[in-house]
Amino acid sequence: MATRSEISPKAAAASARERRGTAVETPIRPAVDIREDGEGITVCADMPGVSKERLELRVEANTLILEGSARLELPENAEALYADVRSSTYRRTFALSGELETDKIEANLKDGVLTVHIPKRRELRPRKIDVRAA
Amino acid sequence: MFPIGSSAADSPFEELWRLQQQVDELFGAWASPSGGIRSLPQGSFPAVNIGHTPERVEIYLFAPGVDPKTLDISIQQNLLTVAGRRDIPTDERATYYRQERFSGEFRRVIALPEDVDPDRVHARYQDGIVQIGVERREAARPRQIEVH
Repeated sequence: MATRSEISPKAAAASARERRGTAVETPIRPAVDIREDGEGITVCADMPGVSKERLELRVEANTLILEGSARLELPENAEALYADVRSSTYRRTFALSGELETDKIEANLKDGVLTVHIPKRRELRPRKIDVRAA
Repeated sequence: MFPIGSSAADSPFEELWRLQQQVDELFGAWASPSGGIRSLPQGSFPAVNIGHTPERVEIYLFAPGVDPKTLDISIQQNLLTVAGRRDIPTDERATYYRQERFSGEFRRVIALPEDVDPDRVHARYQDGIVQIGVERREAARPRQIEVH
């Protein structure tokens, strides 16, 4: 007679499937461009399907966190035929350095592209040094 | 979207391979990313998802930052072609640390199921996703046959 601790291979497989089914999906790491000029650093991230309401941008302990979830308008009874994109959430983080003014971050989201500008502290911006002709 | 569960125990490569196998088995060669003759390598821009119902096929192109006016969408029988461009200007004075985002022209040809009606197509663009819906022909839909 089977005791409770014994699990048939079939049941184990089923429970593994169940665990996988309920697992949190792995977020997509959005493609980014990062550039720096005298004023600060600008990050552009591809986050298609994310609207302003579904975007979460924050700084936690000097880490810039980009998060969002995409919404696809799928008909109710739709089945997948093919999928390059297998997750509906995005997440990417960047460590910031001290010369950046994290409380003055500006962000813009348009057509699924997030642009984040992080200014540098004024006193740390490069100054052009003029060389006077003798 | 179409999440497929993942198990943390597998290595990422194993996981990817397994997913690929599943996709190939489930959807057949015509739609298979690895097997379709017109398929593009993984990571090509724009990424594509396709869903279907008995009434229509819905195609989603993940094309952020693309001006919808520059998109050229055409359908010939069951072959859908989407072409366009995304130009990302480079700031000459800036230092770039990462340039991962696609810039330039793109074209994707997608083989849809044979029963789509090329005369009944609609497309829209929102939040960087192009959604194209193609109706299927009546005859191909499953019909309930009543027994009298």
